[in-house]
Amino acid sequence: MSGLEELYKEIILDHYRNPRHRGELDCPPAHKSEGFNPLCGDEVSLTFEIEDGSIKQLRITGQGCSISQASASMMAAAVQDKSIEDVRMLSREFKAMMSIHEETMAAADQETVSAASLTLGDLEALKGVVKFPVRIKCATLSWNTLLTGLDDLDG
Amino acid sequence: MTLPSDLKDRFPLLSQMVHGHQIVYLDSAASSQKPASVIDAMNNYYRTINANVHRGAYEIAAQATEEMEQARTRIATFIGSDSPNEVVFTKNATESFNLIARSWGGNALSQGDAVLITDMEHHANIVPWQILSAEKGFEIRWLPLTPEGLLDLSHLDQLLDGVKMVSITAMSNVLGTLNPVAEIAERAHAAGALVAVDGSQYVPHLPTDVQELNADLLCFTGHKMCGPTGIGVLWGREEILDSMPPFLGGGEMILDVRRDGFTPNELPHKFEAGTPPIAEIIGLGAAVDFLSSLGMDNIRQHEITLTDYALRSLKDRYGEELVIHGPSDPAQRGGVVSLQYRDIHPHDLSQVLDQRGICIRAGHHCAKPLMKELGVGATSRASFYLYNNEADVDALVDSLELAGELFSV
Ligand SMILES: Cc1ncc(COP(=O)(O)O)c(C=O)c1O
Repeated sequence: MSGLEELYKEIILDHYRNPRHRGELDCPPAHKSEGFNPLCGDEVSLTFEIEDGSIKQLRITGQGCSISQASASMMAAAVQDKSIEDVRMLSREFKAMMSIHEETMAAADQETVSAASLTLGDLEALKGVVKFPVRIKCATLSWNTLLTGLDDLDG
Repeated sequence: MTLPSDLKDRFPLLSQMVHGHQIVYLDSAASSQKPASVIDAMNNYYRTINANVHRGAYEIAAQATEEMEQARTRIATFIGSDSPNEVVFTKNATESFNLIARSWGGNALSQGDAVLITDMEHHANIVPWQILSAEKGFEIRWLPLTPEGLLDLSHLDQLLDGVKMVSITAMSNVLGTLNPVAEIAERAHAAGALVAVDGSQYVPHLPTDVQELNADLLCFTGHKMCGPTGIGVLWGREEILDSMPPFLGGGEMILDVRRDGFTPNELPHKFEAGTPPIAEIIGLGAAVDFLSSLGMDNIRQHEITLTDYALRSLKDRYGEELVIHGPSDPAQRGGVVSLQYRDIHPHDLSQVLDQRGICIRAGHHCAKPLMKELGVGATSRASFYLYNNEADVDALVDSLELAGELFSV
């Protein structure tokens, strides 16, 4: 079973079996964003409340594989009480770990990332996904869904 | 008669190792493997007679044209068609359905009309109708399923009222269900509708006779029947194809072009704009020869036996922990087994099986409305073909346990 332990780390399976921050907030005041992985049918629906530019609460519903659901659960824990800018930076770090480097990420931005010294914490456990390229989309689904939701606030 | 036991040897890919295991290919419903004879036929075209068809007066162009048109004739015979003129080459089944919707539907359908499809269709037989319906305003109706995954015909005659086209699959790519196409066609015809059949899963696995199916149009795709990708077929009754306007415009599909317009070519070239996929057509011809040499009856018998073995082995070993979608009687289904093992997500299951070199598919199988009916987001699907054997099924059955251990709570 070589390789599988790297993908299915204990902490990932734990988040999958006992997902945190499940549920739904009332919209409004909360905002809603839904994401689909059209290839495999994974779905995630996020509701979140913003207060003073920070994410006060985030709740998740949806269905999907262990990676997509664990990633969503870990993300919810990681972005709690973070400012929108920090969340965006964290998402860039997470995607960089998934080998996705956004072209728009300017040098100045990179400095801020290290300056803010945001740590991925538990999210690091998802690093093994990189070795399974088809699963990267599962791991990034919730992040992309959240980013879309944040973009909609601006728009 | 049974199939030769050394069939795997004729498929070069199947001797490969994956993650240190001999590959166990159980995803033929998505795409089949190719025998050496098909690969060789395509190679031979490129190495010896590569030239554009229907145009050159020189020797190799004539040979290429001859090989391509002979392939068309053999494909027509393979499905019981009266004439090679009824065999139109497309890119795949998806394009065949788009051709029907655009050409036939664009001409025949308007507000107040209806098209009847079923709850078990592949997106290829849903979305082209939806695109057209958004323009023309006709209604799309859905034939429902019974709890076992058969078509529910109890309200068929009411549903047929006002329907101009019944477009249904002969076999579900998710449930494996074989549908009573001939019976539905008879009732559809009585109600004044035409019948288009999705043969993508049927033609590769069962003896096909378009007259017996009672179909007016039939779509299928080369890569699921030992042929190459990039080649599909639209078969249609000559008078129906004749009545349909061209689909794509350009070279090959015209008899004459003037400043004030064009005259379309005769069948089947009317629907084949531009240089065709010559190597792929020749490859599909070789695939049909290969299947015919084995005998479609034997292939069907082999798959019934193997599916029966798989259903029994899975149930014996895992019982209630395993849900298998679709009909339980192997005679009512093809070799497609969609399953849910405990609460392990299909993606995770196929990931674990991949480590053993076992290829199964996880996902919605391009049938999202059906997934909704089944109340699932995705299924794991194992599908069998002529080269699979009981050892492949055993590998699948054994490996589920591995996933069970990994994900046990
Ligand atoms: C039932 C059915 N219809 C249509 C298709 C579409 O085939 P293709 O993608 O080759 O056009 C498939 C294959 O995915 C299928 O299983």
